[in-house]
Amino acid sequence: MSTHASVHREVGGPILTPSYRVLLAIAALGGVMMLWRFAAGLAAVSNLNDGYPWGIWIAFDVVTGTALGCGGYAVALLVYILNKGEYHPLVRPAILTSLLGYGLAVLAVTVDLGRFWELWKVPVFFWRWSHSPQLEVALCVATYVLVLLIELSPAFFEKWRKSPDTGLRSFAEKGLAFVKRFFVWILALGILLPTMHQSSLGTMMLLTGPKLHPLWFTPWLPFLFLVNCVVMGYGVVVLESHAAASAFGRRRETVMLGRLSKVAMGVALFFVAFRLADIVLRGQAAALFSWFGVAVLVELGLLVAGALVLMSQANRRSPSQQALAALLLVVGGTVYRFNVYLVGFRPGEHWSYFPAVPELLITFGIVALEIALYVAAVKTFPILAGEPEPARA
Amino acid sequence: MNDLRTDESPVMVPDGLDRRSFVKAVTMAAAAVGLNATAAAKMVEAAVAGVKPSVIWLHFQECTGCTESLLRTSHPDLAKLILDLVSLDYHETLMAAAGFQAEEALHAAMKANEGKYICVIEGAIPTKDDGIYCMIGGKTALSIVNEVAEKAGAIVAIGSCASWGGIPSADPNPTGATGAPMVLKGKTVVTLPGCPANPYIFLGTALQFVALGSLPALDDKGRPTFAYGRTIHEHCPRRAHFDAGRFVQQFGDEGHRQGWCLYKTGCKGPATHASCSTLQFGEVVDAWPIGLGHPCFGCTEQSLAFRVPLHDTVMIERPTPPDTYPGIHEAQGHVGAIATGIAGLAVGAALGAGYRFAKKLGDEPAAPPPPDPGVKP
Amino acid sequence: MNPGRRRALRVLAGTASATATVAAAPAHAARAPKQVPPEAMGMLYDTTKCIGCKACVTACSVANDLEPDRGPDGLHLMPLDLSGKTKNVIKLYREGDKVSFMKSQCMHCVDPACASACMLHSLQKDETTGIVSYDPTYCVGCRYCQMACPFNVAKFEFDEAVPRIVKCELCRHRVGDAKLADDGGFSRYTRGHGPACCEVCPRGAVVYGKRSELLAEAKRRLAANPGAYVPKVYGETEAGGTQVLYLSHVPFEKLGLPDYGPQGVPHTAYTIQEGLYKGFAAPVALYAVLGAVLWRNRKKGPDGGEGVQS
Repeated sequence: MSTHASVHREVGGPILTPSYRVLLAIAALGGVMMLWRFAAGLAAVSNLNDGYPWGIWIAFDVVTGTALGCGGYAVALLVYILNKGEYHPLVRPAILTSLLGYGLAVLAVTVDLGRFWELWKVPVFFWRWSHSPQLEVALCVATYVLVLLIELSPAFFEKWRKSPDTGLRSFAEKGLAFVKRFFVWILALGILLPTMHQSSLGTMMLLTGPKLHPLWFTPWLPFLFLVNCVVMGYGVVVLESHAAASAFGRRRETVMLGRLSKVAMGVALFFVAFRLADIVLRGQAAALFSWFGVAVLVELGLLVAGALVLMSQANRRSPSQQALAALLLVVGGTVYRFNVYLVGFRPGEHWSYFPAVPELLITFGIVALEIALYVAAVKTFPILAGEPEPARA
Repeated sequence: MNDLRTDESPVMVPDGLDRRSFVKAVTMAAAAVGLNATAAAKMVEAAVAGVKPSVIWLHFQECTGCTESLLRTSHPDLAKLILDLVSLDYHETLMAAAGFQAEEALHAAMKANEGKYICVIEGAIPTKDDGIYCMIGGKTALSIVNEVAEKAGAIVAIGSCASWGGIPSADPNPTGATGAPMVLKGKTVVTLPGCPANPYIFLGTALQFVALGSLPALDDKGRPTFAYGRTIHEHCPRRAHFDAGRFVQQFGDEGHRQGWCLYKTGCKGPATHASCSTLQFGEVVDAWPIGLGHPCFGCTEQSLAFRVPLHDTVMIERPTPPDTYPGIHEAQGHVGAIATGIAGLAVGAALGAGYRFAKKLGDEPAAPPPPDPGVKP
Repeated sequence: MNPGRRRALRVLAGTASATATVAAAPAHAARAPKQVPPEAMGMLYDTTKCIGCKACVTACSVANDLEPDRGPDGLHLMPLDLSGKTKNVIKLYREGDKVSFMKSQCMHCVDPACASACMLHSLQKDETTGIVSYDPTYCVGCRYCQMACPFNVAKFEFDEAVPRIVKCELCRHRVGDAKLADDGGFSRYTRGHGPACCEVCPRGAVVYGKRSELLAEAKRRLAANPGAYVPKVYGETEAGGTQVLYLSHVPFEKLGLPDYGPQGVPHTAYTIQEGLYKGFAAPVALYAVLGAVLWRNRKKGPDGGEGVQS
């Protein structure tokens, strides 16, 4: 490994703080609701119906949750493809967030599937594979979770190589060697896979054909989903970096985040411009003057607001403006995904859907669990960037 | 059909009936119970030839209502015809003999018609304590029925009591009353449940046996399917009211006066197999419970009669559509107020917290930024 | 701009254009429209003949051994719509003095969105009869088919612990080894082996046979009774064509049959998906390019120092 690059350090300290207990309580409540769902069926805990068979578990926990986990992807593009090593300290925490986001999305899918016990058949019965975009998403996401685990494994190995247990130490050394050797090829997968499935999340909604409102139905939907996830990825990285710095009393990476925010601003503006051009060129501009149009204006307005905040260099240097802008970008990106999967999806005027209370509690529980696992991980393993170690000759 | 118009025929024709009227009456009788002209012809032939199958009618725990019901068939005067088409060799209510003579008549008929007589059973058979709760001539009903049924050509259990136990078998059933098929295991017993049984069902079954020597098709409880093949609900004159949702809520209310469906007052029609809706009683129109404005109580069904309270409703096993329609787009889906509130609070709280967190970060970096780790020292 | 960055940007641009070219070429060869199978079976429903007796609703429930979809008082078979217990329903359209019944069930599309959505072909279209059938063996209950169906036909047993998708399958379970024979111009099975709704209909308002025969009959009726019908056979081309056809005396939209164009619902999504991933060439190519870029970056950092690290 490098001798002078940024080092990662575990934060240390007690994990079970009072606020942590609150997180665990929310997660536990969600867990109880999950058990109830498995025992009693979907109708008992959710308002999912034949008109709206997909609700917040898909629209938020899976579609938005994975996008919130695109920090790893977005930063990897910068650090490893565009070779901007300065952002390197952001990589590991972003990978952790990605792993948690995608892993818990898999949990949400298992809760949502009506016949989840058949899930093992999807990878096994390959001769029955169709060209369904959802199949590709499923296989890709499952593989990507493994790739993220491998990408994050150096954090575990670095801790374990200092363990008093010789067996664990040698395992950790072997693991580090393996990852270092194949790093390029693992990383290439870690960039290829999200490119595939984040765009296919867009293709998936194209299969609903006339039921997706023309303001969102465009052959460019896969491309838009990809750009959207990059915007959200950068936004999440900024927020998470500031949050971790505040929570653990660590130095802020303000300058780096300022430069990152500039990239995010550019991508966000590109998204907005492309979206509007696409709507106009497909002759759907008139549809903007409707309630659906309001939804489009909200999704784009939030992104524009975030980009506007980041226009001035002074703002880009200010932690609070960075965080505010990131919040706007993340919320704007989320609203876009909700719009495609729920708001713009029209099964018919006579159908309505709003999540039920247990349905909401499961989502809250998953979010709480994600935060709790993040905190436990950064306190236990060297994930966040620490002070550089003295250089070794 | 042979022209039997002769004064020298040896057949015993009922008084006052000439040959033509006799043939007409037999044909009507056959038709009334669903037998065709061929069967009617055979019945006449048998009558002309003086062939009269023997009927041995046993009475056990019963009210004699089934016999009474049979005696009230009157168009044509079938009581007389029956006595001419069959030979009623033993019937405790109707026979003139008593005591020893009655016993002797029973055994003589059994011996003379061994393997050919129709054994009709009216009334339940007590089984508790070896059946001592019904004894005739020193013998238990249990032993009598086994003895008589043993050599019978056909066994018919008339009425609910003989079919499955009837009212004597109601809780707590102190005598262990049960129906003939439960006692005569292994034998084919035609059961004609009902309280009383509809007499025409008996006539149809008995006359088919007389004319054709066969029994009608029976269901798994031994009931002739021509009479018990459908439920009252499937052929009720008030069905249209059921389908339209017009129910009597209380006896005497407006719906009751209008003749609406009695389902809600406890009608057991949906679960009761019987023919009462077409074949009423006493040959008077609407002379059956529903026609008179009282719900059917399921007198033919062992699971219902004298078991389920009169005014308890029954389940509709295989429902059919009502006469209303759904619209092309019926509103579906549920939006809960509490859930909306919770979701709104949660999202608002999250966004608010995010905004406050961002604001608290301040405009100046907390500390001067350290040198970039990527730069060589 | 430092030379490393410039080079990297060039590489990125090259990657992007290479991928786009590989992907775009097959994507432009758009997916060919699906054809009607030669022996496609279907139904023809004529609103002018339907009296709304709902015998078909009961017959379907019994023939498919479905639990009855009871109304609020539990006394009647009263589905509001297709559901986990109802594969066929009769609805009423009434607006002023315009009245029509509408029989609603699976349309057995020529290019079924549901079958295209299904990951492991639990829903699949028979190559000969064109019947879109469901086999729960490979179904994970994801309900993507429900999202995709343009007629909202597929229903799910949300209140069951072991749920399935429920929809009309043209009573294919009743066919057994019965053979088709001509019956009044339609190819029919012996009674008891065809769709129960068609066999019980007292007025022949819904009939079954080969789609080609039904389409010919529908057109014959339109020609013979001008003015009695809306002059269109619904399902001839809508959403790529359906095997259940409709004739109506009121506008089809009023009956819940939207004015869909002739393109199959899966067209756009599948053109993209099958184009982008044809032979898996694009992902492999992108992987190779990414690997090459990363490999090169690993050797050289932005300032000539150590490059890619974990």
